[in-house]
Amino acid sequence: MVAVPDNQAAGASRARLLRLGAMALGLLLFIYVARSVGPQKLGETLVTGLTQGAMIALVALGYTMVYGVLKLINFAHSEVFMMGAYVGVFVLGAIGIANPLLSFVCTIVVAIIGSSLLGITVERIAYRPLRGRGRGALVRVTPLVTALGVSVLLQNAAQLFFSARYRSYPQLITGSMDIPGVGPVGKSRVIILVVAVLVMIGLELIVKKTWFGKAMRALSSNEEAARLMGVRTSWVISSTFALGSSLAAVGAVLFCIDQSSVYPTMGTAIGTRAFVAAVLGGIGSIPGAMLGGLLLGVLGELVKLSSYSGSIDAPVFVVLIAVLLVRPAGLLGSNRAEKV
Amino acid sequence: MLTRRAFSLSVVTLGLLAATGTAGCEKKTDDLVVGAFLSLSGSDATFGEDTKEGIELAVEELNKAGGIKNKKVRVLYEDDKSQPQEASNKVRQLIDRDNVLAILGEVASSRTMAGGLIANTKKVPLITPSSTAVEVTKDRDYVFRVCFTDDQQGDVAARFVWETLKKKKAGLFYAAQDNYSSGLANSFKDHFKKLGGEIVVDKGYQKNETNFTTYLSELKSKEPEIIFVPVYYNEMVQIARQAKQAGVPGTMFVGGDGWDSHELLDGAGAELEGAYFTNHYAPDVPWPNSASFVAAYKAKYTYKGKPKEPTSLSAQGYDAAKLLFDAMKRTPEVTRENIKTALAETKDFAGATGSLTIDKDHNANKPIVVVQVKGGAFKYTAQLMSK
Repeated sequence: MVAVPDNQAAGASRARLLRLGAMALGLLLFIYVARSVGPQKLGETLVTGLTQGAMIALVALGYTMVYGVLKLINFAHSEVFMMGAYVGVFVLGAIGIANPLLSFVCTIVVAIIGSSLLGITVERIAYRPLRGRGRGALVRVTPLVTALGVSVLLQNAAQLFFSARYRSYPQLITGSMDIPGVGPVGKSRVIILVVAVLVMIGLELIVKKTWFGKAMRALSSNEEAARLMGVRTSWVISSTFALGSSLAAVGAVLFCIDQSSVYPTMGTAIGTRAFVAAVLGGIGSIPGAMLGGLLLGVLGELVKLSSYSGSIDAPVFVVLIAVLLVRPAGLLGSNRAEKV
Repeated sequence: MLTRRAFSLSVVTLGLLAATGTAGCEKKTDDLVVGAFLSLSGSDATFGEDTKEGIELAVEELNKAGGIKNKKVRVLYEDDKSQPQEASNKVRQLIDRDNVLAILGEVASSRTMAGGLIANTKKVPLITPSSTAVEVTKDRDYVFRVCFTDDQQGDVAARFVWETLKKKKAGLFYAAQDNYSSGLANSFKDHFKKLGGEIVVDKGYQKNETNFTTYLSELKSKEPEIIFVPVYYNEMVQIARQAKQAGVPGTMFVGGDGWDSHELLDGAGAELEGAYFTNHYAPDVPWPNSASFVAAYKAKYTYKGKPKEPTSLSAQGYDAAKLLFDAMKRTPEVTRENIKTALAETKDFAGATGSLTIDKDHNANKPIVVVQVKGGAFKYTAQLMSK
């Protein structure tokens, strides 16, 4: 253990105090809310919040993974999500819902393929040519503006090709099941939660156990060194885009089966929340995105019970600002100083 | 490398020049030119497209019958991309560049407000087919409307619930950030309370919200007899589906004209079976001009390979255009000032959406229709005049 200079130690203990204080405040607030709404309603709300959060987390993972390897905020990610939803609606329209399970699996698989192809294409055409070009701030700013441009382009393309009509998915999964202690919960919600958790476990295994995951983490910590060690960085970057887009596609199909119509601007609403979730959890951190998503989901549902139900985003952003004041890198983000 | 880039740049520039050049020089001076600004792209594109179809039908019929004073009418359409800022830009263009005689436009009140300000300042008559916010025509001499206002609609919805359905406890559920939705909810609340009814729960949700489960169980726990949900059809589809899962029957819902779309029936027709909403018209309303409009529209447009049922937006686009042409015919000489005067004098104009009279505030006095969702279709139930 290396000796720590005094002022740094004092800073660390103050940060710890702040963190403890914030946690205590959060806990008190939660107890207050729980007491005022009663256990039955609280259980219902928590389950709804967790499913909502799981979907936000699936999208947030895409933002955070791309940021991890490229330090780029991929604003086009919400549009990849939207395109995944469109692929889903077309697949379901083509094969029908005579066999719900088969339709569900087919839809998810085709949506994953479509979205990852789109994600890879966007990276190839729009981001890769910019990599390593420009100087100083431009290295970051140019791709960021390009990402915004791609987002607008994809939205308009969707409108041109698919029209601005709101399309709703056929009701693939209906009915509800009883969960002890909570009461009836829609079957689609249960399936969302299960699928999302499985996907996240799968992702964790990929990142921690496979060669690709190792390469991705290597790239994230130092691109130059990773390349010198023989990692084919452009292949890893493409695969990261594919993986992130696949998660968005799964999220999109689940989202539409359960609660949303499909339309060209549908990515914006969930995209904003997912981006906030990624920042809240610590952008670049995979468990952080999951945690951020779940927190936002539950928080959003609790706000719906209050009289401020009409503006969920306000408390969400208050929490974001509060967390960033205490922990600028987000809940699980690394505080490592960046070499510029 | 540099030369290649310079070459491709110049090709693009030339192409752009050519495109703008051809667009600018097809003016025919002997036509009567009318402008229309609509949301043909962006979030509300269906509104713009439906309205445009209605206007096109009216223009086609007019020109086939010989036009106005032996001149054909031509409508220039501009797309405001569903944005208020663009709406005022487009209205300015239509007036300054194209020198139009009058303007038709916008469904969303926010955009008609923006465009109406320009038209009013430049003294060009403007008719909105479907903007229902009260402020749209307020203190604006040159702005007219062919639809009812949200205040009239809330009044009729409240009286229908109180007098016909005989319900005494109502809940409200609306998009809090949306002017139309929260405005209509407020109007319903005021009128329903005045009649002696009780609002047991008043719940706003954030616009673009998709998960309504928590809201719905909260609404249900307050035990209202009906829930007034003045939201747009796309959100209503999801609300209705999730309501069924949450154990709130479709018959409990009452809505406003924002429900009117095929998508509502396609997406949640079964869930909303038996629900009522107030509207500008219904395909089977017993008015002579409605039936002929529906027949002509179905002959001209198709939806999924079948003749298309017109929405009220199409019917109102049609009526707005017809009202304008009617006023133009009544003028001694077709000028902006004369059109405005003629419009203000409109009395008992027989449109597809009922007979209307323009009042001193330039609003339309006309019957409001109550429609029921029944067997996968919209069925006419009653018509009421706002008091």
